[in-house]
Formats: sequence, C-alpha cells, structure tokens
Amino acid sequence: MTIQQVVFILISLITIISAIVVVTDRNLFRAAVGLMASFLGVAGLYIILEAGFLAVAQLLVYIGAISILVIFAIMMTRRLMQTIESPFNSQPVWGLIGAVLAFLLLALVAIRTWPTAQYPAPSGPVVESSVQQLGALMVSPDAYVVPFEVASVLLLAALIGAVAISRTEGS
Amino acid sequence: MSFDILEFLQSLVQLNAVGYMREVWSDDMPAWLSEAILDIVVILVICTFNLIIVLGLIWLERKVVARIQDRIGPNRVGGRYGILQSVADATKLLSKEIITPSGADKLAFNLAPLVIVVAALLMWAVIPFAPGVIGTDLNVGLFYVLAISSVSVVPLLLAGWGSNNKYALLGAFRSVAQLVSYEVPMVMALLIPILIAGTMSMQGLVMAQEVWYVLVVPLSALIFLVSALAELGRTPFDLLEAESEIIAGYHIEYSGMKFAMFFLAEFINSLFMAALFTTIYLGGWRGPGAMEYPILGLIYFFIKVFLVYFVFIWIRGTFPRIRIDQLLDFNWKFLVPLTLGLIMVIAVVVKLIPEGTNPWAAAAALFIVNILVGLVALEFVRRYARRQRIEVEEVSISLDKTGDVTEVQSTATVVS
Amino acid sequence: MVPLSWYLIVAALLFCIGLYGVMARRNAVAILMSVELMLNAVNINLVAFWRYLQPDLQVGVSWAIFVIAVAAAEAAVGLALIIAVYRSRDSVVAEELDTLKF
Repeated sequence: MTIQQVVFILISLITIISAIVVVTDRNLFRAAVGLMASFLGVAGLYIILEAGFLAVAQLLVYIGAISILVIFAIMMTRRLMQTIESPFNSQPVWGLIGAVLAFLLLALVAIRTWPTAQYPAPSGPVVESSVQQLGALMVSPDAYVVPFEVASVLLLAALIGAVAISRTEGS
Repeated sequence: MSFDILEFLQSLVQLNAVGYMREVWSDDMPAWLSEAILDIVVILVICTFNLIIVLGLIWLERKVVARIQDRIGPNRVGGRYGILQSVADATKLLSKEIITPSGADKLAFNLAPLVIVVAALLMWAVIPFAPGVIGTDLNVGLFYVLAISSVSVVPLLLAGWGSNNKYALLGAFRSVAQLVSYEVPMVMALLIPILIAGTMSMQGLVMAQEVWYVLVVPLSALIFLVSALAELGRTPFDLLEAESEIIAGYHIEYSGMKFAMFFLAEFINSLFMAALFTTIYLGGWRGPGAMEYPILGLIYFFIKVFLVYFVFIWIRGTFPRIRIDQLLDFNWKFLVPLTLGLIMVIAVVVKLIPEGTNPWAAAAALFIVNILVGLVALEFVRRYARRQRIEVEEVSISLDKTGDVTEVQSTATVVS
Repeated sequence: MVPLSWYLIVAALLFCIGLYGVMARRNAVAILMSVELMLNAVNINLVAFWRYLQPDLQVGVSWAIFVIAVAAAEAAVGLALIIAVYRSRDSVVAEELDTLKF
C-alpha cells in the first residue's frame, strides 16, 4: 500500500460518502453541503491525476458558483413540511436495483477492458507548460476552437434563458 | 552535514533556511520525511505570521481612521499609543460565552467560521515574499487564488442559514450577491496582467515586471482595486455589516470566539488583497538589489504591502457608503463592460507589439492605450449623466408648470 | 501506484449513486444535484483515461472543461425552470408535476 494509494482511497471515501449524503438526506440543505464536499473530493482526485488547472477550475465553477445556485434554489422553493417527509418518491427500491445493476455492469466492463495488471501506472509524464498547451488547443483550428465558440454561445443562451425564465410579470 | 548554529543564522538572513535544513537532514532521514516536516514548519510560520500581524493591523486601522476623522483613537491600553488595544479586544472576545441559538443547524453553524478562516489562510500559500521564498509556486497560482476567494463565499451562506434567523439569512443573501457580482470584474481585471506576462504563476508574474504593471495597465489596477474592496466588504462597499443598516448581517448570532473567527478572516483577507495587489501590480519584491540580497526583497515587499493597506484604510476613512442597488448597478452596467472592452483592446495591442521591443517602450504604448480606454469610458459616463440630468430637468419643469403630482406621473420618465 | 481500474470503479460508483438519486428522490432540486454528481463522475473518467493513456497532449483536460461549462449552463437553466414552476404550481415534488396544462 503506497502512500499514493492511501491518499487516493481517503479522497475517494470523502467523495463517495458525501455523494451518499446528497442522495439520501431529507434535509435539503445538508444535501447541498454534501454536494459541495463531493465536489471538493473530485477536485482532490484531479490533483492526484496531475490536472491542476482542472482542479482549480472545478473549485471555481462547481463550488463557487453552481453550489451557491443550488442553495439559492433550495431557499426559494422551500415548503414547511420539507424536512419531515421522506426524501424518496414511490420507487426507491426499483431505483436501488437499477443503480446496483448499472454499477455492476460498469465495473465489470472497466475491470475486463483495462485490467489492473496491464495499466498499473500512467504511461508518461504530463508536459510542463500544460496551461499554454491547453490554451493552444482551445484556439487552434484543427483542435477545439469550434467547440470552444459553441460553448460560449451556449453559456450566453443559458444566461439569457435563465434570466428570462425567472422574471416575474412586470419586472 | 551537521547542524551549525552560525550557518543556520546565515541561511536565515539569506532566506534559505529551508534549503539549509534540507541539507542538514539529508543524511539522517529519508527525503520525504524531511520535506514533510519542512512543509509543516512553513505552513505554521505563514499562519502564525498572519494571526499575529492581524493584531497590529486592527490597531493600525483604528488609529489611522481616527486621525482621518480628527480624533485620537485608542490611547489607554498599553501606554500613550494604545498598542495593546487589540490584545484587550482579543481577550474580551475569548472570554465571552459562546451561544448557539436554538433551532440552529449545528453543522452549518459551526462549519462556517472554520471554513472562512481556512480559506483566508489557504490563499497565502502562493504569495511570493522574496525571490525563492514562496509557499508553493503553482503554475496556476493566480487562478488558485481566484478559486479560493470564490470558495470563501460559501461560509457566508452556511452562517446565514445556520443561524436560524431571518435577518441573518437576508444579510447572507445580500452579501453573497455582492461578492459573486464583484468576482466577475476582479477575475477579468486580473486576466490582463496574465495576458501581458504570459504566465499564471505568481513568481513568474513578479519576474515579468521589468516595468511595474501599475504603470503599464493602470486602468486594470484601478478596476482590481475597486472590486477587491467590494470583495472584502470594506467601505465604501460595507453595507452588509453596517450597524445602522442590517445590524451585523450574516454573523448576527455569533458571539465570542466564533465571531472572532469572522473578524479575523476579514482582516486576513484585507492584508491578502493588499499583498495580491503588490505582487501583481507593484512588482512584488522587486526593487534595487533584491535579486542578490533576498532580504532586501522581503523588506521592499512589506513596505509596498503596508502602503497599499494604508490606501485601503484611507479610502475607508473618506468615502461614504453605497446603497445595494447602486452597488450592483455600478458593477453590471459599468465595471463589467469596461473590463471586457479593456481586455479586448489590450489583447490586440499586446499582439501588435513586436517581440523584442524595449520593455519601457511597450509599457508606454500600453499605458497610452489604457488612458484612451479610460477616456472613452468617462465620455460614456458623462453622456449617461447628461441624459439623466435632462430627464430630471424635464420632470422639474413639468412640476413648475402644473404643480400637480398626477401630471408628473403621466408625462415624465422618472429614472432611478 | 494507483491502477487505472480503481479510478474507473470510483467514477462508476459516483455515477450510480447519482443515478439512484435521479430515480428515487422526490424533490426536483435534489434530482438536479444528482445529475451534477453524474456529470462529475463522467469527468473523472475522462481525466483518468487521459492521464493513463495519453498524457502528452492536454486533450482530456480540455474535454473535461467543456463538460464543466455545459454542466454549469444546464444547472443554471434547470434551476431557473424549477423556480418558475414553483411560482406557478407551488410544488417542486417531481411526482406532482404531471400535467402539461392546468
């Protein structure tokens, strides 16, 4: 058990346990806090995978923006009886069966196609100037400039759409 | 190597104590253990330095604001200058009873002061104090700072929700609205030095400043200053904790040490924003002779940081408070379009400047471009103000003619 | 060293927990939170494959950034929709929102 494996297991435990809190807690606010903790865990996994820029982007976007959006939505759609009723709808058992089957399928495919013996470690180092390379990929015509522009148009549409949907009459 | 006290002191002066200890321990213990111990020592030094200097900062702020307001400030505790006033304040806060309101969500209520102090201290990991003295030189250092400052918005919501108090929640919403809104111009204004320097690493930004960036892109420095003040919640943007407005905002229900945590986090954040401004716009530790004698770099850094902090206090003492709607208007209708326009113009100009020009010439070109953009923005503001004035005059003219209130409401367009 | 399959299993676990949340939760906001969990799991998969199979080009990271951008857009619009529905129907329980006209 190398130190890297111990750290990986710790961070994965944080992520998974917070995810379980998200899907089972009847207090929605605590579910939102669990969501933030699982985002933090995922950022930790990115750091172990040496994707530093992505880890910081995850912190900025997910924890600093999306989580706050979720908390605002929870506040604005609160009902009095919310923390007393059950968090589950009419089919939790079928949901559990479906999720377990899906997990078994995915895990089986993962272990069979990329077995532990053949892929024990990363196949090479990450480049030093990763941010420069990322930027070059984003704007070069034979890489990702078209998805980049489309993503910016998508974000603009989401911005306008969110404002337009949530306006009340006469505002 | 064996440990020699004289050489250790010498390495302290040369700001290379970490390297010296690493060498001393290289025979006795494995590398990872010495690295771990040295990392923990560096973390402890940074955190202790922060916590101690906050006491001095509180005293400084009270004295300077008092002088600006033509009074003396604390002058009883600890001699004629009231130096131990902060110690007295800290003792008072420590001895107060910690009350948890009934019905408070224990997790959120207790987590909020913890997370806010941790986030404030985490940002100090990437500030370059001197050449070779930095917690860790991430290659996305500036981006990391922005991410942590955006994470530190979350404890406000936790505090507001966990207090089980309508007014705390309202105060938390307004605080979050202000902080999240002013992140946008801050991030975009910080993009401009990154464009010019070509790197996000903090030590790289300092090394790239042959000419200080405050002289190269003064408009970006100004926008960053304003949005940093708004992010910190300092006057003129301190509506959220003004006692006459919403009492204490999101930390109404906190008392004793937990309130002290919020207080502490605010001062650590203020010092950090001053340090960030120095690093990015005032050249950090740069100065004559800083490269050969790192201790000079440290001295220059602290002089600059305290200068900027004094400017923060000065602004606090002289400006009145801004209303929440004026605040948000100012951000979305003025700062964000200005910063966007500035980024576009600077990106074009940076590419137009050929590679090997003298840094002073390139700096002069960018400075002129900044002034032009600033003048264009001022012209827009002047036209908007003139339009406002004409509309208000129409309203008053129609009031004079008829003197009837209902007439005004149907004919004039009243703009807020 | 951490084998690739460990990352894939963690991502699959996170995905299936999110799947369970989508299928079994009552509140629409909770369903949206579970969707965010699923998107995060997908991102972990992308980055793990990038790191282990082709780390010399930042392809996996840029793809993951696009996923984050799309997830942010979708969360914003989804939450605005939920708030608008709450205003007119006064309920955010997904089971009760079952008619297109009222």
